Amino acid sequence: MSADVKTGAAAEAVGTTPPDDGLGPWFTRAVLKNGPLGGLIALVVVMAILSGDFLNGQNLLNVGVQASVTAVLAFGVTFVIVSAGIDLSVGSVAALSATVVAWAATDAGLPVWAAVLLGLALGAAAGLVSGALVAYGKLPAFIATLAMLSVGRGLALVITGGTPIPFPASVSKLGDTLGGWLPVPVLVMIAMGLVAALVLNRTYAGRAMFAIGGNEEAARLSGIDVKRRKLVIYAMSGLFAAVAGIVLAARLTSAQPQAAVGYELDAIAAVVIGGASLSGGSGKASGTLIGALILAVLRNGLNLLSVSAFWQQVATGLVIALAVLLDTLRRRSAR
Amino acid sequence: MTDVNDDVRDAAPAGRELLRVEGVTKSFPGVRALDGVDLSLRAGEVHVLLGENGAGKSTLIKMLSGAHRPDAGRILVADSPTDGPTGGPTGGPPHGPGGRSAPAPTAAPGTPPATLHEVHIRTAQDAERLGIATIHQEFNLVPRLTVAENIFLGRPPRTALRLIDKKAMRARAAELLRRVRLDVSPDTPVAELGIARLQMVEIAKALSLRARVLIMDEPTAVLTSEEVETLFGIVRELRADGVGIIFITHHLEEIGALGDRVTVLRDGRSVAEVPAGTDEDELIRLMVGRDIAEQYPRQRPDEPGAPLLRVRGLTRHGPNGTPVFEDVGFEVRAGEVVGLAGLVGAGRTEVARSVFGVDRYDAGTVEVDGQVLAPGDVRAAMRAGLGLVPEDRKGQGLVLDASLQDNLTLARLDRDTRGGLVDRRGQRRAAAEVAARLKVRMSGLGQHARTLSGGNQQKVVIGKWLLADTRLLILDEPTRGIDVGAKVEIYRLVNELTAAGRAVLMISSDLPEVLGMSDRVLVMAQGRLAGELSGDEATQDAVMELAVRPADGAPGPHGTAPHGHGTAPHGHGTAPHTTTNESAKEGSDVR
Repeated sequence: MSADVKTGAAAEAVGTTPPDDGLGPWFTRAVLKNGPLGGLIALVVVMAILSGDFLNGQNLLNVGVQASVTAVLAFGVTFVIVSAGIDLSVGSVAALSATVVAWAATDAGLPVWAAVLLGLALGAAAGLVSGALVAYGKLPAFIATLAMLSVGRGLALVITGGTPIPFPASVSKLGDTLGGWLPVPVLVMIAMGLVAALVLNRTYAGRAMFAIGGNEEAARLSGIDVKRRKLVIYAMSGLFAAVAGIVLAARLTSAQPQAAVGYELDAIAAVVIGGASLSGGSGKASGTLIGALILAVLRNGLNLLSVSAFWQQVATGLVIALAVLLDTLRRRSAR
Repeated sequence: MTDVNDDVRDAAPAGRELLRVEGVTKSFPGVRALDGVDLSLRAGEVHVLLGENGAGKSTLIKMLSGAHRPDAGRILVADSPTDGPTGGPTGGPPHGPGGRSAPAPTAAPGTPPATLHEVHIRTAQDAERLGIATIHQEFNLVPRLTVAENIFLGRPPRTALRLIDKKAMRARAAELLRRVRLDVSPDTPVAELGIARLQMVEIAKALSLRARVLIMDEPTAVLTSEEVETLFGIVRELRADGVGIIFITHHLEEIGALGDRVTVLRDGRSVAEVPAGTDEDELIRLMVGRDIAEQYPRQRPDEPGAPLLRVRGLTRHGPNGTPVFEDVGFEVRAGEVVGLAGLVGAGRTEVARSVFGVDRYDAGTVEVDGQVLAPGDVRAAMRAGLGLVPEDRKGQGLVLDASLQDNLTLARLDRDTRGGLVDRRGQRRAAAEVAARLKVRMSGLGQHARTLSGGNQQKVVIGKWLLADTRLLILDEPTRGIDVGAKVEIYRLVNELTAAGRAVLMISSDLPEVLGMSDRVLVMAQGRLAGELSGDEATQDAVMELAVRPADGAPGPHGTAPHGHGTAPHGHGTAPHTTTNESAKEGSDVR
């Protein structure tokens, strides 16, 4: 009976104020107070303590490179999730765009700039098709983009015949470093992050995403052309996926039809770890960046610690669950 | 009716105290929602809880139903009564050993009579075990399950093998449905029921819990007058059985008809406990803390201006060919308030949605300033100067988890955009200005719309259209569920708008409101415009006569519904986009 009373009191404490004891390590508290950024910092500190090599500048840049592709994909997915949709196709679209760039520049003999434009346009077009299926075909976003996931991957395999195509050398510079130390993928990630933040906060397209994700009917009755907006949203997600695909191929110096398999799930995880709600209406570019960095730091750190790839998957899953759980707690306590 | 009422009241048990709330206080960050509230409920009493939105009624009943816990003060509940309808085989839900005594007294009673014990209601299950049942405005029913399954949700009768005893469940559900005079099969999926019947199912569910205390949060807000009478009949029977009922309503006339005592809440305090016979002016004074000089402060224009909106021959057919509305034509002039009255399913909301371009129509035209509007195009309607404040404020009017700034500026997002970039600073300035003008009670423009009271939410929806420079505002049930004070503020705003040469088309199921605020009243019946009344001709009788007149000798569904049946006269030619619930919600116009 008295135990009953105590649990009730504890639950109350969680419900109204941040708990000052009982919830375990300082890691938890850091996240509770500061959200995803607190989690990232706590994770960095833990990795720095466990591995002497972690805080090395070169290694940190590596983390940035490892985060870059996921982050760029995730920025695009942020648009979709903010508008209460989902995009499962971004990994496939990334691979398809990269193979089209490589095929156009080598087999078709297009100038490199034209090949890159074609790849970007194709990414946007793939998104546009998903968007049309969602907006006009009334398909659930999950199904429409699942179909695009399969179609995109299939087309990438068809174009390449199943084997990697060498990536044009000039574009492959995107995978290199500036001045021998600053990785270009990190710069691309930062640039795309700024674009995503600008889109979300300052543009009509972005404000419409929040309105549609928050309440689609209210948005429609306030004069927002919801169907057209959805086309734009999925097209932008496809465009970001194309950029990510090109960066990935540049790093590998070849366009591989099997590249970026499963990356869509990392991208979604990054968005959600960053504090966006899958039910729409909330999300931030900075949060998404932090989410992608958390995933990258975790993988990098576990590699340094020689944790087996199998256990890494387990750890990643736990971190995703924990991050979202803590974020939920934090929001409830902020109320 | 009054005689019956009095008889029942006399027959009610003398009234042991069932529940007492003493000095209950509850704060949320930045707000003191309740501040020393007292309330006492006797067996066989209907105790009306009266107060403006935001006065603390919801917080108080959430406390009694286990959703919130008080910061200070006590809640006391009577011992298991000897005469009361509690205990029994279905009284307790399945639970582990000792579960039944979980919410039992934790403090010895001091001063109060020995039968009352302090309790801590921590969960909905605690409330259930104490015999406290709450019927919230938003129902807790699972649409795909049947009536019987909903009634016994989570605690179905079991056979010896612990399997669900469907036969017993059905039989018991049928018995409960008889008690609430609901003539549906226990096997009907709840999704097929209109809102009035849903409420009856909720009451049946409360009865199945053998509730001693029944809390009803604005149960009449969505009912037609006939349904209200049925509900009152059931409530009176429960009262005669010794159930204590806490009844929340904004309709003052219901207090005299049903209540015994009234507790008035204002700004989180219980300011008075008065007999239900107290006159309405006094109740309003207690509720708002001041006199409301005029309930309907309409200032009619000397003469209306040029026609702003002209609708001609507007017709829309439902999927099965029956008209949703047919040959509707009217005009609204600058400076006018035109009321649109009518019964349930008469097609008022549907006409408004078509005029505003939300839904398409099959024939007819909508003209603004002589220009024909493209059908089914909200943006075209907005460009022409139309705005719609929809009937479902939360579902269609607001983005609940967005800031007030975002909500207020949503309809002018286009115009605040230059080269793709939104002028956020300009938006903030405009939002601040309109929020101040409308006296929206908020902590700041960053506050989420969800956390505002109903009246303030409605001001935000209206403010959105003011910022979009709307010249003709369509208000669909603008004051439903809004307290008296906020209502008057909205009426004043309507005056301001029309004085500035704008116009208002007001759909309302609140007849006194339609009559009090409109310069002309259009009455719809069965999808047709049954007539038009000038401000002087418009009386309740005149409007009702037009509203119930069967059109062209067609069989009239209204007025032929079996009495005391709880049947909402919905579903006749209801538009495909309108759910049964929505059309049933329209049903309180007969009042």
